[in-house]
Amino acid sequence: MTNWTLDEEAGGRLTGIARKWYDQMRDGLVPSISLPTRTKQNIAYDDASEVWKYGDRESTRSAGTAKSALHLLKMAYVIWFLKTQIREKRSSTLRELYYISEGWKKAKFQAQDESNFLIEDLEILTDMQREAFHLRPEEDGATVFGPLELREMTRRGERAIHCQDDVGEAGYQIPTNVETIELVRHDAQFVIAIETGGMYARLIENGFDSDYQAILVHLKGQPARSTRRILNRINAQFGLPVAVFTDGDPWSYRIFASVAYGAIKSAHISELLATPKAQFIGVQPSDIRDYNLPSDHLSEKDVAALKSELSDPRFASDYWKEQIGLQLKLNLKSEQQAFAAKGLDFVTKEYLPARLSDMGIL
Amino acid sequence: MSLADELAAQQRSISVAEFFERNKHLLGFDSPTRGIITTIKEAVDNALDACEEAGVLPDIYLSVRRQERDIFRIIVEDNGPGIVPEQVPYVFGKLLYGSRFHQIRQSRGQQGIGISAAVLYAQLTSGLPTLVISRTGPDRPAHLFEIRIDIGRNEPDVVRNEEFDWDRTHGTRIQIEFRSTLAAKKRLIEYLKYSSIVNPHARILLEMDDETFLFDRVSDEVIACPQAIQPHPHGIEIGQLRRMLHAGSGTLEEFLTGTFSRVGKKTAGEMCRGAGLSCTADAHSLSPEEQRRLVETMQAVKVPPPPVSRCLSPIGEDLITRGLEKEFPMDFIRARTRPGSVFSGHPFIIEAAIGYGGKLPPEGNAQILRFANRVPLMYQQGACAITTSVAGITWKNYGISQAGLPTGPLLILVHVASTNVPFTSESKDAIASIPEIEKEIVLALQDLGRDLKIFLSRRDRNRLQEDRARAVCAILPDLAAKVAEIVEREPPDISTIEGRIMRKLVVRRHGDAGVAAVEVRNYTDTPASLSLYAITRQPVEDASPPPDFVTELDGEHTQVWQVALGAGEVWQAHYRESGRGILEVRGIDPRSLVLVDQDDELDT
Repeated sequence: MTNWTLDEEAGGRLTGIARKWYDQMRDGLVPSISLPTRTKQNIAYDDASEVWKYGDRESTRSAGTAKSALHLLKMAYVIWFLKTQIREKRSSTLRELYYISEGWKKAKFQAQDESNFLIEDLEILTDMQREAFHLRPEEDGATVFGPLELREMTRRGERAIHCQDDVGEAGYQIPTNVETIELVRHDAQFVIAIETGGMYARLIENGFDSDYQAILVHLKGQPARSTRRILNRINAQFGLPVAVFTDGDPWSYRIFASVAYGAIKSAHISELLATPKAQFIGVQPSDIRDYNLPSDHLSEKDVAALKSELSDPRFASDYWKEQIGLQLKLNLKSEQQAFAAKGLDFVTKEYLPARLSDMGIL
Repeated sequence: MSLADELAAQQRSISVAEFFERNKHLLGFDSPTRGIITTIKEAVDNALDACEEAGVLPDIYLSVRRQERDIFRIIVEDNGPGIVPEQVPYVFGKLLYGSRFHQIRQSRGQQGIGISAAVLYAQLTSGLPTLVISRTGPDRPAHLFEIRIDIGRNEPDVVRNEEFDWDRTHGTRIQIEFRSTLAAKKRLIEYLKYSSIVNPHARILLEMDDETFLFDRVSDEVIACPQAIQPHPHGIEIGQLRRMLHAGSGTLEEFLTGTFSRVGKKTAGEMCRGAGLSCTADAHSLSPEEQRRLVETMQAVKVPPPPVSRCLSPIGEDLITRGLEKEFPMDFIRARTRPGSVFSGHPFIIEAAIGYGGKLPPEGNAQILRFANRVPLMYQQGACAITTSVAGITWKNYGISQAGLPTGPLLILVHVASTNVPFTSESKDAIASIPEIEKEIVLALQDLGRDLKIFLSRRDRNRLQEDRARAVCAILPDLAAKVAEIVEREPPDISTIEGRIMRKLVVRRHGDAGVAAVEVRNYTDTPASLSLYAITRQPVEDASPPPDFVTELDGEHTQVWQVALGAGEVWQAHYRESGRGILEVRGIDPRSLVLVDQDDELDT
């Protein structure tokens, strides 16, 4: 889809929401919208796409209550703003949108969460991504290092970049809109996505990318959409296996889940963002036991999070039931950098090769 | 001289008047401030009682005027039956002289102290005699008196007595001057206001310092004067019985059945047997020991309660409500008259009312209006059984906050009507703690509390709904404008949606190509009926349904449809019309109507 037609399409779909309300009002009906319920209870596994998506539960917001009427008014303001922005070929960040609403009187947002949430609603209603509305997230995307060549369309023209040869020590920075990137070629066996910057730097320093022909992707904690999107695209386009390496605590398992299965907040675009074939390396609770890693006791919140994961459909497999059960029994958690206790090379020379072989990637 | 002799020389009898001179507080004359209120209260009580007995609607005129320095002249004039000239000096010039003391029925005054105490107080503070004019009918002359009290003897001292040419045909006028202040002016007005609430048949006019206050009547019904009844055997005391036996005659059985209420031959026989006396014994000559035994068995034998309805005159729920409405604008008023009940053989009835909201002060303790036999109790609120009963109820159960007494915009009225209201003292300010009375007060207030709770929760719900609807309607125009801007069209007319949300009746006319469609939608929760007028220059054609009637006047054609539709229903009509017509809706409150006339579409 060219940019022109994409803009046309985005503007048209946004206007469509407003037109529906206009028709409702003209016919003497209270304007309303229907959206899927965005809760853990309403995400379901889609066999065809192998990702978790919203289920059939819908909630209708009708302007018959003050709260919902205000929500619709805010949405109307946002649609009007986005339509104008698309027409004028401008763009803004989610944070800027929040500040722009300052001038919208009643329709002003109380917090950025509110405007972010509303944008997600619009993505669901239009079945398009926020990038199509010329909206950028605040945080920059994470970085990539490894035998991968790509072409990026920048404001100053097209750039061809090799993610080992043409980049600095930190790697290639993923732009917020990944749709401007064309993946050209690679010389890799697999992709390894890493939660912490320390471990990402350790693998680059130890030459793991060259030794094992690996594309390293830094997740920077909970991965941004662009990071997840690029993992999805590398996996889809080149058929490379994706492995995820995180800390060994319940919060890190959620990072893996959002890479592999999609996040509850963005279940409407799981097909674009999730990489269902992604595999979890660790740190596994069994690693804490087997390697006798330095560890901390679980906090009350950790325990609650683990228990909540036991009821999360994304963790409803025997593997995760066993691992989470083990962790609750051990009452321990470890960071990925805890491997340093066994020497700086242990993780690249011993742990990862052994674990990746186990997983059938090496 | 021995000490006993010395003491004996000092001992002498004390006249009642002398006693009260020293103990003014017992009668409510303990301060100059209270003097005015007590005097007016006593005079008004007497006037109301007299009018009630005579079966006339009371018209009472009051005047309070400063004479010199701290001397005030108080005039009370009523249209009652008047007092025969021979009685006037005693009524006003002798303490403890009255007609109602020996009767068992509900009345305001009882002992015959009140007004003569005011005469005494005047005499003590200003030294002036009290002026009384009274007339008993149009065919008799009015008499004017100037009266003092001979304090040593408690006998009237008539200074002046002459016939007087008075324009009233019947009634009584008193003029009293004594030392006082008007510091309690607000209290006085309150007293009259409260009196007028429980005496909705009275009109009271007060002139004070060039200001006039009128407390008008809301009911033209003369209240039935309560009838005196015989004493009930329960609650009779030995002294009283001895006096009655002494005055009685005939056999004991005749005495018992003839003197007491609710005592028939069977009950009398039971009493005689219980006391070990013969039914045929001579009532007059029972020994003190036999009298004592008789009194004891009289308490023990089961006797039906006294006839409450005859000797008491409750105000009634309707009149209490109307009386309160007149003086206090409130959002909620409900009154309850309890069935009659008895304590120590004295019948009584409790009436209560609760008012909420309106112009009542939103914070602080609830206002408690206490009444005994239609007389407001103005002092000693804390010592009164009504107050302790109110404080004893858990008001939080009824949605009212409480700090000892209930708080908030709340008014509580309690009226105790009895043949013998148990006051804590002769100044009649507070009702004594009698379990039977307290129980009835609590029951009446709890009953009203439940009604109040329903009102409060309904009001809260309605308010919530209304707030919500109002909020929605404040947002919708903005939404319509923004949406229109996005789709690049004229803003849509959202009156119908507003009508739907605000639960109104929406009448909408639209149409094209000369065919008008009128639609009536009832979004209210009650059925509605209305008349729809289509006024046109040409008669309408092909109307469906056809109009109920058609008129033509000066080239204007009026078509009328009578429309009745239930809650949530829709009614429609179509007709062909050429040119601009007018659509009118009648027979419905404009506040619950939304009329949307999209006439422009008919121009084609």
